[in-house]
Amino acid sequence: MEGFLSALLLQSGYNAALVGIGAALLGIAAGGTGTFIFLRKRSLVSDAAAHATLPGICLAFMAMVAFGGDGRNLTGLMIGSAASAAVALVLVDWISRETRLPEDAAIGAVLSVFFGFGIVLMTVIQTMTSGRQAGLESFLLGSTAGMLFNEAVTIAIAGAVAGLLLLLLHRRMTLVAFDPEFAATTGVDVRSTDLATMGLVLVVTVIGLKVVGLVLIVAMLIIPAVAARFWTERVDRLVAIAAVIGGVSGYTGAAASAAYPNVPTGAIIVLISFGLFAVSLAFAPVRGVVASLYRHVRFQRQVHLRQGLLAVARGEPIFDGLTLKVLRFFGHIRADGVATLSGRAAAAKALRDEARWEVARETHQEDMSVARFDGLTAIEKVFTPDEIAELDRRIGDRIGVVA
Amino acid sequence: MGADFVQFSLTPMLIGTLAALACALPGNFLLLRRQALIGDAISHVVLPGIVVAFLITGTVAAWPMMLGASLAAIVAVLLIETIKRLGRIDAGAAMGVVFTAMFAGGVLLLEQSDTSSVHLDVEHALYGNLESLIWLEAEGWGSLFDWAALSQMPPQVVRLAVVLGVVAGFIFVFWNALKISTFDEGFALSLGIRARLLGFGLVVVTAIAAVAAFDAVGSIIVIAMFICPPAAARLMTDDLGRQVAWSAAFALASAVFGYVFAGYGPLWFGAAGSVSAAGMIATVSGLILATACLFGPKRKRIGAAREA
Amino acid sequence: MRNALQGSIGIVARNGETALAADLSNLPLLIDGLTVSYGEKPAIFSIDASFAAGRMIAIVGPNGAGKSTLIKAALGIVPRLSGTVRVFGQPIEQVRGRMAYVPQRASVDWDFPARVVDVVMMGLYRTLGFLRFAGTKERSTALACLDRVGMADFAERQIGQLSGGQQQRVFLARALAQDADLYLLDEPLAGVDAATERTIMDVLKSLKTEGRTVICVHHDLSTVERYFDDVLLINVRKIAEGPVASTFTDRNLQKTYGGRLAGAHIEQLRLPVE
Repeated sequence: MEGFLSALLLQSGYNAALVGIGAALLGIAAGGTGTFIFLRKRSLVSDAAAHATLPGICLAFMAMVAFGGDGRNLTGLMIGSAASAAVALVLVDWISRETRLPEDAAIGAVLSVFFGFGIVLMTVIQTMTSGRQAGLESFLLGSTAGMLFNEAVTIAIAGAVAGLLLLLLHRRMTLVAFDPEFAATTGVDVRSTDLATMGLVLVVTVIGLKVVGLVLIVAMLIIPAVAARFWTERVDRLVAIAAVIGGVSGYTGAAASAAYPNVPTGAIIVLISFGLFAVSLAFAPVRGVVASLYRHVRFQRQVHLRQGLLAVARGEPIFDGLTLKVLRFFGHIRADGVATLSGRAAAAKALRDEARWEVARETHQEDMSVARFDGLTAIEKVFTPDEIAELDRRIGDRIGVVA
Repeated sequence: MGADFVQFSLTPMLIGTLAALACALPGNFLLLRRQALIGDAISHVVLPGIVVAFLITGTVAAWPMMLGASLAAIVAVLLIETIKRLGRIDAGAAMGVVFTAMFAGGVLLLEQSDTSSVHLDVEHALYGNLESLIWLEAEGWGSLFDWAALSQMPPQVVRLAVVLGVVAGFIFVFWNALKISTFDEGFALSLGIRARLLGFGLVVVTAIAAVAAFDAVGSIIVIAMFICPPAAARLMTDDLGRQVAWSAAFALASAVFGYVFAGYGPLWFGAAGSVSAAGMIATVSGLILATACLFGPKRKRIGAAREA
Repeated sequence: MRNALQGSIGIVARNGETALAADLSNLPLLIDGLTVSYGEKPAIFSIDASFAAGRMIAIVGPNGAGKSTLIKAALGIVPRLSGTVRVFGQPIEQVRGRMAYVPQRASVDWDFPARVVDVVMMGLYRTLGFLRFAGTKERSTALACLDRVGMADFAERQIGQLSGGQQQRVFLARALAQDADLYLLDEPLAGVDAATERTIMDVLKSLKTEGRTVICVHHDLSTVERYFDDVLLINVRKIAEGPVASTFTDRNLQKTYGGRLAGAHIEQLRLPVE
């Protein structure tokens, strides 16, 4: 535990501290970027990009070896991975537009074929230069142990750059994500904004290769955004919350990986972010399950209460069990089903409100507030007392209209 | 093409072909229902399922692992549905959350447990080891009729044959209902078709195929088999029956040519050794799809693209 | 809750027969206190409605009034929050063979690999059962239904190549193949050409002549009088139901559509104004 705490406080050594900061920056950039592809409902495109980095990594390795250099130079590998991922994204786009195949098929096809080809190349490297490819397999799941100092710096800088780009572009990306057609009419170039978003996805993916590996970088793009969704309905807050969740997961995950043995960095970061997601799903007040359940039950009771009171007022028999329970609960009927005094009063009010709404619909024809009549909003919340008095007067004027 | 072939190439090719077919058949319906990526999700969760089974049973025997993988797949599907409903999250994002988290869980469990005595590494899970499924006890084509030799065949052959039978049977029995509910779910429900249950059944069948094929070609490449042959077939015809037939043909071609290129290709290029058969099968299926995208008779979209 | 008295009086008035003939339990469709909600806004709230046999009934209301939801709830396709639905006096699941549904065109994937005749044969699903595939008998039934809607020549055409009106005719042919007693159509005339509209209405009228019941969600107020016997006006709640002559009035329309129908517009429809 002390190991974990000291790692959290950046006291576990230079390397661990750098990895921690790098992972945090990666998490922030990934969480923020991921929000935009989530809003466009294209989350899994990042899975295609991530898996498609493999052939690029292998080809870059082979090229660097062929030119006599060290095949494992991180920058070279990152460039290679970005190139093949970019090709993959172009192909996904082409297939979705030029053929009748839907986008999810394009994503899956590109993902698996590129990855398969990458595996072929990996085995080629295996036969060519036996043992030397051991470094490449680490890109599948990431490996921060034994990370070189300059590698950590590269990652941290790239993460910061991605974060900066996100800050600069986020307003345009928000507009396009929210309503691309409207954005186009206001002069925002939708296509280039989408390209910029995809470019950011690429940058984040490539950075994440070393830290969490290509299989799991997708998680850092998707999970924080989905978790954030439960907390807010506003896009700017969504991006911020997702970035925070991503950053926290990255930081604490890296610390845990440094402190405990046999804890792979990528896996623990993803699991922490999933934990945050689960908490959000359950308890977030705006869209969380507990809150929704509560609202649903309350709504159902309101519906049954209203219907029950109207039935009581009209003298109709009630058979529905839930309706009877609700009426009993509020003391509107006795245990034997006979209406109490308060019950009859409430029923009469419900009936009168029905009549008032009917009149209101005719007299307030252009009024949007009447459109809000969903059978459950109290009339006192929509009309002032003197307006209600006017409705009552009209009811009184009408002959034999009370429902 | 004598004893050598039967010993070293026949069973891997057969297993590869059976796996490809078992995946391509349900893939046709997944494609039409815009559920192509459920194969992606299921393939990723196979790993944690196997790890849990290993931790519980302490062995790497086939049946517990397959059971673990199947249960993991079903858990994943249920979680995905739950997240979609409860959060009103789109399918892709829900899948992304569930399968990455489960995969991460599998990786962590694997690292934490003592697997030094057992060969269970993540890379193998990702891309399999088809080349190793050889039939050393065979002595030639005659061994196909020799009961003793047959019982020494890699068990994946029979396993995949059975799974293929189950998959094909499901599609055959429910052909009409699958067709209608994929085309027009509301109408299907009005006919009394249990469309939701059928959809779940399709996913279960998909999971079974993925789990069985996983052993041969690894989890990630299973996705290629779910998507590429049916997608290529879709671009060849406008008749559902013919599409399924085309997808089977493409799956067969991918498996056979993929294996051959993997084994003999490097030799043709003057290099020694072979490359990953599973990877090559995926690559070949991709090339077939690419050809269909460029030249398939029905490749053009007719109307506007439908929103996801 | 159902106002039983009101319901039976309505039916007696329609059929012009004495009270005993109005056996509520055998109505093609009887809806009682039906509420359906997506999330927390009710799409339809506490709707009571009864539909008599051998009639053409229009369901009319503004956008978002819940007309499609009502039909889907009647078919048991969406879950109910409260209320009951009885088809020919029985729960929906037991009489599916007597109901036919024509959904909105937009709800379907027209890029699906199927020909026109394949889609019509889907209507024969219930007659096939398990393990039987559509054969020559089903094909000839399908072709006969296509002929009734004037699409016999298009049988082998790919459905994605059809125009909107042609697609609608194919849907109708599919429903004809079901040989049902109660037909529920969701905006069958939306976005179709004039010829298709005539053809569809002719077919629906012939169904009525055969004693079947036709219920349509209808979008075009100016043709309600011409095409339908009865009308149900809803806007989340039921506003009015009954024969067109007495129910499709200026007053009821204003109640249904709120401020969206100006008085002048209503006059254009030449309705009896109260």
